[in-house]
Amino acid sequence: MDHAHAISVRGLRMRYGDNDVLTGVDFDVRAGEVRCLLGPNGAGKTTTIEILEGFRVRSAGEVSVLGQDPARADEDWRARTGVVLQSWRDHPRWTARRLLTQLGGYYTPYSTPERPRPYDVEELLETVGLTELADRKIATLSGGQRRRLDVAIGIIGRPELLFLDEPTAGFDPQARREFHGLVRRLSGLEQTTILLTTHDLDEAEKLADRVLILAGGRIVADDTPAGLASRVEGEAQVRWSIEGERFTATAADPTGFVRGLFAEHGEDVADLEILRPRLEDSYLALVQQHEAGDAEAAAQMFTEVTG
Amino acid sequence: MNAPLHAIRLGIGRGWTEFLQSIRSTQDQGYYVFTGLLVLGYLFLRRNTEVEGTGLMVPSVALPSILGALVAFGVVIGPAYALAMEKEDGTLLRHKAVPHGLAGYFTSQLVLQSLGLVPQLLIVLVPSFLLFDDVMASPAGWFTVAWVLALGMLATMPIGMVIGSLVPSTQKVGTWGMLPVMVLAGISGIFYPVQRLWDWVEVLAQVFPMYWLGLGMRSAFLPEGAAALEVGGTWRTWETLGVLGAWAVLGALVTPRVLRRMSRRSTGSQVEAAREAAVQWVR
Repeated sequence: MDHAHAISVRGLRMRYGDNDVLTGVDFDVRAGEVRCLLGPNGAGKTTTIEILEGFRVRSAGEVSVLGQDPARADEDWRARTGVVLQSWRDHPRWTARRLLTQLGGYYTPYSTPERPRPYDVEELLETVGLTELADRKIATLSGGQRRRLDVAIGIIGRPELLFLDEPTAGFDPQARREFHGLVRRLSGLEQTTILLTTHDLDEAEKLADRVLILAGGRIVADDTPAGLASRVEGEAQVRWSIEGERFTATAADPTGFVRGLFAEHGEDVADLEILRPRLEDSYLALVQQHEAGDAEAAAQMFTEVTG
Repeated sequence: MNAPLHAIRLGIGRGWTEFLQSIRSTQDQGYYVFTGLLVLGYLFLRRNTEVEGTGLMVPSVALPSILGALVAFGVVIGPAYALAMEKEDGTLLRHKAVPHGLAGYFTSQLVLQSLGLVPQLLIVLVPSFLLFDDVMASPAGWFTVAWVLALGMLATMPIGMVIGSLVPSTQKVGTWGMLPVMVLAGISGIFYPVQRLWDWVEVLAQVFPMYWLGLGMRSAFLPEGAAALEVGGTWRTWETLGVLGAWAVLGALVTPRVLRRMSRRSTGSQVEAAREAAVQWVR
């Protein structure tokens, strides 16, 4: 497969028993890009990312990650990828410094002059803001501090590709902002390709170069945040009335449309309204319908809105 | 640099670190002291009771069997709990995410569980030598202790690792691990001679390594004459070597497969599901 792409997915399907979780997913992620996999809970985000991490075996389809099939990838491939896990109580007696040193050790044989592995532990602790807490038992860290340690462990091997599954779930707004800064620094500093999942549109817009929206087991949109917004916002709805009779029209250029309206009807135009649908509204509608159990209809509707 | 060998070295280091953390934790110290006091208390109360036909007191006869039981129990239940817990809390998954991490992780378990026996045995052995007479019949017995311990560990630890890999959750280790081990310990001639049990139980007990671990320990500590109490009236040293050896070989063949299967199935979703189950359980 082509090497400008860190990830290439074609016709990916996943089925648990009778339940189709992914029904044919296609996408590519370019090297160095930050890509967000956005979607409501149960849309198949975690399944997708776990297949790409090589932790889960897919039912069908072609997947290439850094040039290898993750289901059969070797330990050299493993050394080039990083996974940020959502831990909850592992290594309670270890300290952050000791654990980073221990796990980082596995990357030493994979060090190259261009990409020295692992990261220097002190430098990494500084990057994630844990220097002060480096020698405290991990059991005594707060949820947010623990998650920063999870990120540090994920990147200790200086990965070319980093996976993050719902990295900010359970964060307060402050921790979330700090985390976003960290992700941007990572991507800027090392040209690391980053794939992260979230159910938060705002987060996706802030972090991603491109956003994939997953619903009903398939991709319903694949675009830049700005592109997504402009697709939804392309057509505005214009409502007005003339002598008590109500009219509705959609217009790509509502300002021009209204100018024309006034030129034609002048003072007779009344009750004028211009409704610009926003990405957020469309996404919220998608989530609501998805959570009501009608995943297929939700995916369909969203495709029409953005299509 | 050879990456797999390097990972095994890291695993040894990790096992040592975990061991140091364990003996420094009050929780683990409490466990060692508790089992130690229990055993010593029992032996002390019966220090003046003679075992019929041997001229030996209960502590001399019972101590080797109890040491055997502590080893078997420790290296079965220890890894069973450790693996069941660490596949739930994400420790296993962390190692799956680094190159050759699983080799390092399983090495560390082997090192940690073996080292864990040292304080366990010392806390019973050292006071026993101070409190009781005739604990070790002849110094040559230490050689037997060494090989019985080593082989016994290789024979029983895989059982613990397999239980830990197969149990669906940590809470099930009690049912699937503790209970069978208790039953096996009960029938393995540690608390009373197997010959006094029904014939089929006697045969069953001798299929499992726990019985032979106890027998081997008795052969190390007790004088030649005490063999009269055993099945066939001898220590059956070659049989001990054979049965423990067979279990060790079986373990070496089966365990890596089971561990690989467990690691393959380990995912973030599984860890997440365990976390949610634990939260439910605490409520």
